[in-house]
Amino acid sequence: MNSKKGIIITGGIIGLMSAVLVKMGNPANMGVCIACFIRDIAGALGMHRAGVVQYIRPEVIGIVLGAFAASVVFKEFKSKGGSSPFVRFFLGAAVMIGALIFLGCPLRMVLRLAGGDLNAITGLVGFTTGIGMGIFFLNKGFTLKRNYTQGVMDGALFPIVVASLLILLMLSPTFIFFSEKGPGAMAAPIMISLGAGLVTGYLAQRTRLCMVGGIRDMIMFKDSYLLLGFIGILVAALAGNIAFGNFNMGFVAQPIAHNDGLWNFLGMTLAGWGSVLLGGCPLRQLILAGEGNSDSAITVAGLLVGAAFAHNFGLAASPKGVPANGKVAVIILFVVIAIISVMSSELFKRDEVKEGAVQNA
Amino acid sequence: MLKVDARGMSCPQPVLMVKKAVACDVKALEVLVDNNTAKQNVIRFLKSNGFSTVTIVDGDDTIALKAEA
Repeated sequence: MNSKKGIIITGGIIGLMSAVLVKMGNPANMGVCIACFIRDIAGALGMHRAGVVQYIRPEVIGIVLGAFAASVVFKEFKSKGGSSPFVRFFLGAAVMIGALIFLGCPLRMVLRLAGGDLNAITGLVGFTTGIGMGIFFLNKGFTLKRNYTQGVMDGALFPIVVASLLILLMLSPTFIFFSEKGPGAMAAPIMISLGAGLVTGYLAQRTRLCMVGGIRDMIMFKDSYLLLGFIGILVAALAGNIAFGNFNMGFVAQPIAHNDGLWNFLGMTLAGWGSVLLGGCPLRQLILAGEGNSDSAITVAGLLVGAAFAHNFGLAASPKGVPANGKVAVIILFVVIAIISVMSSELFKRDEVKEGAVQNA
Repeated sequence: MLKVDARGMSCPQPVLMVKKAVACDVKALEVLVDNNTAKQNVIRFLKSNGFSTVTIVDGDDTIALKAEA
């Protein structure tokens, strides 16, 4: 599966499934969106009360359990953790807020592009800029330090918690919120969503598919492997959208999108920068959490809490545009991420060494 | 021989650490990682930079790779 062919086919399958999920009832250009779907789950759990975006998305459950299954079958499940957990939690929340300013995670950005939404190009330019910011600090020695082997439950608990969400979805107790209108009420049948999620999780675990990794590795190492998965998704979803009559090219009146170029750009810059520091996009965090990485599980918790904040504090964009609170939040988060980037790199350490060298001379 | 210990590091740091080592113009190096993803990424990077790599230890906590130009 670690061949170029394998990751292109994986991207193709995920892109095609995304087009089918939209055809079967998911919101337009949202066959799969990790940020939107975790936001919906936060709403279903009552962590925010935005009534139009509340649903326990079976795709997310499937992705985690698919990755868990693949990692167990191929003996890659390992309980690992302890690499700057709170910084990762914070970065997860920041990535979510950036994504909800743009209205989509990096995966949905590709799917929006495949649906003809040209605002996604602005997002892609921002995303690449953010990745460039992250790479600058990686090259200056940025690290969240190493992880360590943990007890089995530290890794196993996340897939168990996610599986229990499936029980809540099936039983639909009164304390779980389900949207009656809006994007949260638009969904493919549960078993189809769950199945698509399981296949996505399995394939993404095997191929290490990652949206941020594709552009990052191309810039840093001239390695096209992960980028091919990104392209596979784009081409297949584009073909699927055209086949289903869901392709509509333009900037204006795109589904669940706004055309404020500056904030589409800045939202994805924030998401890209945060994702590079985390070592992977939101999809990749779900996969890693499924294979026992509790740092990624904490990152997903950050995404979930970030989504709750985004709606409780009126930060999240809507098709009407980006609210003022959201703009302020993005600016504050840029400052904090810059501080994290500088403090976790060797920018200053190197200066000390230089000074020392000068003194010795 | 230069030794790179990239165990426990998240993407893309294992490859970045190897890249910095290769930049020092070494002919042989030993790389320690602890998961298959890092192993595959490091091998792919070394291959594209003209190194042949063999796995000398394939344990649960440590995978040791030996690379020669």
